[in-house]
Amino acid sequence: MIKKVYSKSKLVAKTGNEVIAEALRQIEPDVIAAYPITPATEIVQIFSQFVADGVVKSEYIAVESEHSAISATIAASAAGARAMTSTSSQGLSLMWEMLYIAAGLRLPVIMAEVNRAISAPININADHSDTMGTRDAGWIQIYSENSQEAYDNIIQVTRIAEKAKLPAMVTMDGFITSHCMEVVEVYPDADVKTFVGEYKPERYLLDIKKPYTLGAIDLQDYYFEHRYQLAQAVRDAKDIILDIAGEFERTFGRKYGFYEKYMLDDAEVAIVIIGSTAGNVKAVVKELREKGIKAGLLKIRVYRPFPSEQIAKELAHVKVIAVMDRSDSCSGAFPPIYSDLTASLYSAGVVGPKILSYVYGIGGREFSSEQIVDVYEKLGKVASGAEKPFKGVEYINIRIK
Amino acid sequence: MKKEEKKLTAAELPIGGIIEAGTAVNFHTGSWRSERPVWNKEKCINCLVCWISCPDSSIKVVPDERKTSIIAGIDYDHCKGCGICAKECPPKVKAIVMEQERK
Repeated sequence: MIKKVYSKSKLVAKTGNEVIAEALRQIEPDVIAAYPITPATEIVQIFSQFVADGVVKSEYIAVESEHSAISATIAASAAGARAMTSTSSQGLSLMWEMLYIAAGLRLPVIMAEVNRAISAPININADHSDTMGTRDAGWIQIYSENSQEAYDNIIQVTRIAEKAKLPAMVTMDGFITSHCMEVVEVYPDADVKTFVGEYKPERYLLDIKKPYTLGAIDLQDYYFEHRYQLAQAVRDAKDIILDIAGEFERTFGRKYGFYEKYMLDDAEVAIVIIGSTAGNVKAVVKELREKGIKAGLLKIRVYRPFPSEQIAKELAHVKVIAVMDRSDSCSGAFPPIYSDLTASLYSAGVVGPKILSYVYGIGGREFSSEQIVDVYEKLGKVASGAEKPFKGVEYINIRIK
Repeated sequence: MKKEEKKLTAAELPIGGIIEAGTAVNFHTGSWRSERPVWNKEKCINCLVCWISCPDSSIKVVPDERKTSIIAGIDYDHCKGCGICAKECPPKVKAIVMEQERK
C-alpha cells in the first residue's frame, strides 16, 4: 500500500483512483462513508487501507448501500464533521433523494464521482449519464479531464464547498481516467493540509450550546424562499470557485477557471466538450491548426454552477460550434450541455454562431481522432456555406439503420 | 384580531431551513382544545405520572420547600386536551378530570 509521506512536490505514476485516494489521505476528512462500485471502488478501498493502517485519523463507515453511504456522510456533515464519499453510476442513482437533501440542508458534503453509464442494459464504461442526471440537485459539479485535474479539483472543492455551504462532486471518466496510469504531480502533505485548513462550521448539531432543528417540514409559506436561497447559493458559488482557483494557483502553480480555452480566441469553428475526450480534441485541434484550419476548443470544467455569461462571451466570435454531449437526456429535444449552452448564448444576445448538437461515447463507445476531424470538417463546411447545419441531434459512431 | 405574522425573506431566513430550538413555546396550541384537564390540588399526591406522560410538556412542575418536584398546575397555552394525564392519573387519586372546553 501507498504509505510514503512526501516532503516536496513529486511526480508519481498513479491511476485516477489512486491519486484521488492520495488526495483524501492528505485532506484527511473527519468521516468517510462509502460503498464500493466499479469503477470507483479503488478510491475507498485504498482509503480504507489508510484508515486500517493508522495512516489517517479519519472515521471510515462501512455501510450496506450507497443510500446509507450518502446518508451517513450527510449526518456527519450536519454534526459538524468534514465528510466525504465516493461513488459511480448506479451508486449515484441510489443516492438520489439524499443528494437533494444534502443541498437543501446546505451541507458541504464532498463526493469523488467516477463517470459511468447507467443501467439498463448494464454497462460499466464511461459516459456522463450518471452525473448529468444529478445536474439540478443543487450540487457543485466539477469535471476533470485527467488524473492531475481530478487531484487538483478535489483539493480545491473541499474549500469551495465549505465556503459556498453547498455539496460538491468532482468527477472523472470511468476507466479512461480512473484506471489509466498517468504522471501526476502530488503536492507535499503539509501544503495540502494548510491549503484545505480546518473545517469550522458556523452551526453544527453537536454544538449543544446553540441547539437548533434541522430538516423540519417547510410548506408553502417558507419552502420557496429556502429553495431560492439554494439556487442563489449555486449562482454565488461562481465567485468562490474563482477565488479558490486563484489561491490554488498561487500555492501550487496550476491555473484553473470555469473552463479551459484551447486555441479558441481566433477560432472560426469550435468544439465544446467535458471530460477526458478534451485531451484528444486538443491533439486534433493542434493538427488542424498546422493545416491552417482555425479550429478551437472550449473544455467546460465547472458545469454547476454553469458559467453562462462567460461562455457566451468566449464563443460569440465563433462561426460554428459543436456541442459534444456524452449523455443523452432522452428529452425528445436536446442533451444537457447543448441545452445549457444555447440558452446561455441566446439569453446573452449571442445569436451569431450556428450550434450543432452531437452525442458521442455512450457506454464507452469509441470516439476516435478521425471522427473528431470529421466533426471539425462538418463545422468548416457549415461555416463556408457549403453545407447546411443539421437539425436535432447527431449521433457519432452508432449503427442506426 | 390576530396579529399578522411577519414572514422572513430569503435574505433574512437562516440558510438550510435551520430553526432555532425552543420556538414551540411561541405557538399557543391550547386553542386547539375541545376538552380541558382540570387538576385538583387537594387530591394530587405528586406522583408526577401526568408530567412524564404529557406529550406537550404542559404539566407545570415546581420545587417545594424540600426541593422536591411537585405539580403546580396545567399550562393551558400549550395543552391540546388529549386527556392522557387524566387517563394516567392513578384511579384511586383521580386528581385530573376532563371537562368540556367552554367557548
